[in-house]
Amino acid sequence: MDASLKKQLEIFAVKERLLLMEGIFNAKAGHPGGSLSIAELLAYLYNVEMKVDPENPKDPNRDRFVLSKGHAAPALYATLALKGFFPTDDIKTLRKSDSYLQGHPSMNKVPGVDMSTGSLGQGISAAAGMALAAKLDGKDYRVYTILGDGEIEEGEVWEAAMFASAKGLDNLLVIVDNNNLQIDGTVEEVNSPYPIFEKFEAFGFNTIAIDGNNFDEIEDAVKRAKEFKGKPTAVIAKCVKGKGVSYMENAVNWHGAAPNEELYNVAVGELTAALKELEA
Amino acid sequence: MSEIIKTATRDAYGKALIELGDTDKKIIVLDADLAAATKTGMFKKAHPEKFVDCGIAEGNMMGVAAGLAASGYTVFASSFAMFAAGRAFEQVRNSIGYPHLNVKIGATHAGISVGEDGASHQCCEDIGLMRTIPGMVILNPADDIEARLCVLAAAEHDGPVYMRFGRLAVPRVFDESYKFEIGKGAVLKEGTDVTIIATGLMVNEALMAAEKLADEGVSARVVNMATIKPIDRDIIIDSAKKTGVIVTAEEHNIIGGLGSAVAEVVCETVPVPVLRVGVNDTFGKSGPAVELLHEFGLDADNIAVKAKEAVDLKNK
Repeated sequence: MDASLKKQLEIFAVKERLLLMEGIFNAKAGHPGGSLSIAELLAYLYNVEMKVDPENPKDPNRDRFVLSKGHAAPALYATLALKGFFPTDDIKTLRKSDSYLQGHPSMNKVPGVDMSTGSLGQGISAAAGMALAAKLDGKDYRVYTILGDGEIEEGEVWEAAMFASAKGLDNLLVIVDNNNLQIDGTVEEVNSPYPIFEKFEAFGFNTIAIDGNNFDEIEDAVKRAKEFKGKPTAVIAKCVKGKGVSYMENAVNWHGAAPNEELYNVAVGELTAALKELEA
Repeated sequence: MSEIIKTATRDAYGKALIELGDTDKKIIVLDADLAAATKTGMFKKAHPEKFVDCGIAEGNMMGVAAGLAASGYTVFASSFAMFAAGRAFEQVRNSIGYPHLNVKIGATHAGISVGEDGASHQCCEDIGLMRTIPGMVILNPADDIEARLCVLAAAEHDGPVYMRFGRLAVPRVFDESYKFEIGKGAVLKEGTDVTIIATGLMVNEALMAAEKLADEGVSARVVNMATIKPIDRDIIIDSAKKTGVIVTAEEHNIIGGLGSAVAEVVCETVPVPVLRVGVNDTFGKSGPAVELLHEFGLDADNIAVKAKEAVDLKNK
């Protein structure tokens, strides 16, 4: 990847993290761990890959994104705000009763959100439906969806995987945020979904394993997915849950809890320092 | 005497879909490996390019339907009522109901008239389930004429619709001049002593019950309530005022269906007795459909008995 683009994306990802933390801190609730883990994935998709226009968020020819792991809404909102779909200031209203920024994404309330999600396992089916619509309409837009590795314990994920493969939806890219943690513990402790790579492969996917916090690897995987014809692609992205906030990294207790003021300030300090270093 | 035409409402569903497929309306029909039974197979034959079989995975089918609807399609997603409303309830609620998408659920094989397959397939809970989803329209046609009109109206309606069809061939109640409108009940027969509000295959039974009652000196008003949600409050209130007592009749659990919907309106407006004919909070069983309908009290005789009880209650 071009060095200046990479720097630009790295800066964007830190800004996402600052913004999503601001939202969760003000809401005193939300899911920081799984939001922080996918910042690079969203930064790449929305800055490089996807054809989307904040001035025309319902453009029928746009690429679609479905956040199947809907609890990572703060990361999606931060990304959309930074891309100009709505004011970044509004992130402060996250989860408040007078806000359009619902705890989980609502397509009818938030500009740029393509599908209402939050109940795990359902987003991938809707994404498959959108990819099918593109095929039926002879359109070349692509559909992207991010799932959690705990989420793939849901049976519907595999119904959808079987369907996407059987229908040859090569315009669908499924990304699994393999951060290894879910609410009750590590995914192995709870109900191991491993081997994830082999499962998607067995379901007929073009399957790629990457470091999901590494822009070079994200770019390579997304490009390969686009070139691959006849099958959908699954990218198994090893991500660090809580990435960028030291005390949240790989810590299961930060799945669905907001930091207090002291810890929030620690997070802001770390992320601001990272931003300064990148911008230097 | 003219010949009685008997058609299953699921057949009318299949035919109406073909009719829609012939227009330039952007529709797509999904099924979950039951196309022969739900009659979407007829549509598949006529419009193979507008049909997608999702296999035995109803939850995913509802999600796929949501994705297609979010991309501009009017989607008809079909399965048996048990799987469409039951198994896929939460997908219908969260992926279709919450975003208020244009998915029309064609649920066939509703109620105990499924017959021989038995309790596992006899869904008497679907109206109750669907009724609690905000914005969901529920249509339960009485015959093939009404079923066709329900499908055409659903296609024009903006938002999710649950259409309930039966497996059993049922007598035609309406003629070709019948007009259907979502949210409107229809008085099929005027009466003064009791109102029978019926839906689905119980409408014909209600009309027969009214004839029996007339022979016994009881004047029964008969209302067809094809739309369970949004329920026609005006016709219920009017009936409660005019006849002072109501009997509901449905091929569904007496809990959560038409009887509940009518009682809710009556309690809040014109409190009069409401007696419910339906499946008495029990599971069905195997057997020929018509035998089962009699055994479970889903017939004209039982409606007439309840109607007389209702009149007695009023006169106490």
